Amino acid sequence: MSSSSLFPNFPVTGKKSTRDGFGAGLAVAGDKHDNVVALCADLVGSLKMEAFIEAHPERFFQMGISEANMMGVAAGMAVTGHVPFTGTFANFSTGRVYDQIRQSIAYSDKNVKICASHAGLTLGEDGATHQILEDIGLMKMLPGMTVINPCDYNQTKAATIAIAEHHGPVYLRFGRPSWPNFMPEDQPFEVGKGILMKEGTDVSVFATGHMVWQAMEAVAKLEAEGVSCELINIHTIKPLDEELILRSAKKTGRVVTCEEHNRIGGLGDAVAQLMARNHPVPQEYVAVDDSFGESGKPEQLLDKYGLSIDDTADAIRRCVKR
Amino acid sequence: MASTQELQKIASQVRRDIVRQVAGVGTGHPGGSLGCADLLVALYCDVMKHDPSFNMEAKGEDVFILSNGHISPVFYSVLARSGYFDPKELATFRLIGSRLQGHPATHEGLPGIRVATGSLGQGISVASGIAASKKLDGDDRWVFCLTGDGEQQEGQVWEAALFGHQYKLDNFIVIADRNHAQIDGSTEEVMSLGDLSSKWAAFGWHTMKMDGNNMEDVVKTLNAAKELKGKGKPIFIEMATTMGQGVDFMMDGHKWHGKAPNEEQSAIAMAQLEETLGDY
Repeated sequence: MSSSSLFPNFPVTGKKSTRDGFGAGLAVAGDKHDNVVALCADLVGSLKMEAFIEAHPERFFQMGISEANMMGVAAGMAVTGHVPFTGTFANFSTGRVYDQIRQSIAYSDKNVKICASHAGLTLGEDGATHQILEDIGLMKMLPGMTVINPCDYNQTKAATIAIAEHHGPVYLRFGRPSWPNFMPEDQPFEVGKGILMKEGTDVSVFATGHMVWQAMEAVAKLEAEGVSCELINIHTIKPLDEELILRSAKKTGRVVTCEEHNRIGGLGDAVAQLMARNHPVPQEYVAVDDSFGESGKPEQLLDKYGLSIDDTADAIRRCVKR
Repeated sequence: MASTQELQKIASQVRRDIVRQVAGVGTGHPGGSLGCADLLVALYCDVMKHDPSFNMEAKGEDVFILSNGHISPVFYSVLARSGYFDPKELATFRLIGSRLQGHPATHEGLPGIRVATGSLGQGISVASGIAASKKLDGDDRWVFCLTGDGEQQEGQVWEAALFGHQYKLDNFIVIADRNHAQIDGSTEEVMSLGDLSSKWAAFGWHTMKMDGNNMEDVVKTLNAAKELKGKGKPIFIEMATTMGQGVDFMMDGHKWHGKAPNEEQSAIAMAQLEETLGDY
């Protein structure tokens, strides 16, 4: 069974990067809202911010390689009613500037959108110094922070447009590689609402970011084996769509979580905590097992660190046997 | 425009407020607060255009950001004495449930606070962002930011110095409280800052100096700085102060950076500071 016949509402329309989706969304948000400003720490091309800069040069601030200052300046711009979007790699958007985000943005309730590219293993050859796998955990621990990890070009574009209209600090995480694009174009994006991709009865699969595609392919394999999988796209990790997740888990009695992140601190942890408090069920994790990454091609890294389509299918099989 | 004498009277009451807040709760930072009392009084009671009914966005207003947030007692007193909230609330400083947190915060909605500060080095960046926004919006008001001198050891300060120059923030005045003291000793022993003004000048800022405990000089220097509007450079003022200024046993050295006076010491301090506006 192929994933295309299993997900008729989500046909693959080619491959594009999620960072391209961010660039396209930022340009739209800039056109729609005069108060949107963009800041970048010397990575304009990597973050695909050129279209915004061309349309609104006066609202773009090149910050140089000064991420700490960028977060503070963004907080200051938010004081005056602007909606700043900061752009750099996920590593430099979180761990490097954690205290700046904590004090000047989160604790101060500043309406800053922290936009982070090149997250996770799929960054590839640059290696572990740049492949942050802890960023979701860091950001979701901050009170009041919204954490979003869209799955493809279309969803990243929609999320970028949506967060411009969402009041409060947001961490938007996306990636480098060209990746299948299957979410509908110009979809409405609702912060905090998961998307039911396919109904099923034997196991609930909750996936975020690039792993939604891996999960779609894995679910297709399992369906061919006679296992009925429910797949839910959890683009917002905080606030978590507790109602949708609990309803699904109560129906199937088993959950698998899939994320391009450390097993500690990510989506899996958030779902496990929800289940433990409300409805304990067996859970399997598709995630990096508390390790740093390394250099390599994205596909090779996903394979080596347990995030391949086969690894995802294996996790679902293990869960169904429990 | 207030006279020097009027400003000095307010500063005397602010110094009483500082000692009483810190003594009242038995913790806090009196030294730097006392040293910077004249500056904050000059800003809020004379130099700045601001509205105590408080609007976060501060359109058409001058903005002050306290980057060295630990000297919150002077900030709270000056905000209260200039109408942002009832001075009686100063009695809640650092108590549970208070809007007057140990370090300034927006979380509890205290009027006059626009960003949380305390973790050092961040306020200059935030203030830079406000200054850049004002330029973008065509708002010609000023942004003032006070920093500690020890705080200049934070790398982020120098990132912000680059930014201010790059974006020609000539609506932005950074003031460093040059009291040469930090928690572990003198700044020159702990991590030498040397000639601060030369460092800022090398980063492309217009630099000035003033005696931060001489009200006349403070007002005169701030007004002279405002004459530099439109000249294309941000302004750095190295402000010489004495930590603990106004209370003899707290002056000089770093001993009273973060220590509260006991009852007896507090009484001695009160005897040295004239009550001019009525204690809260």
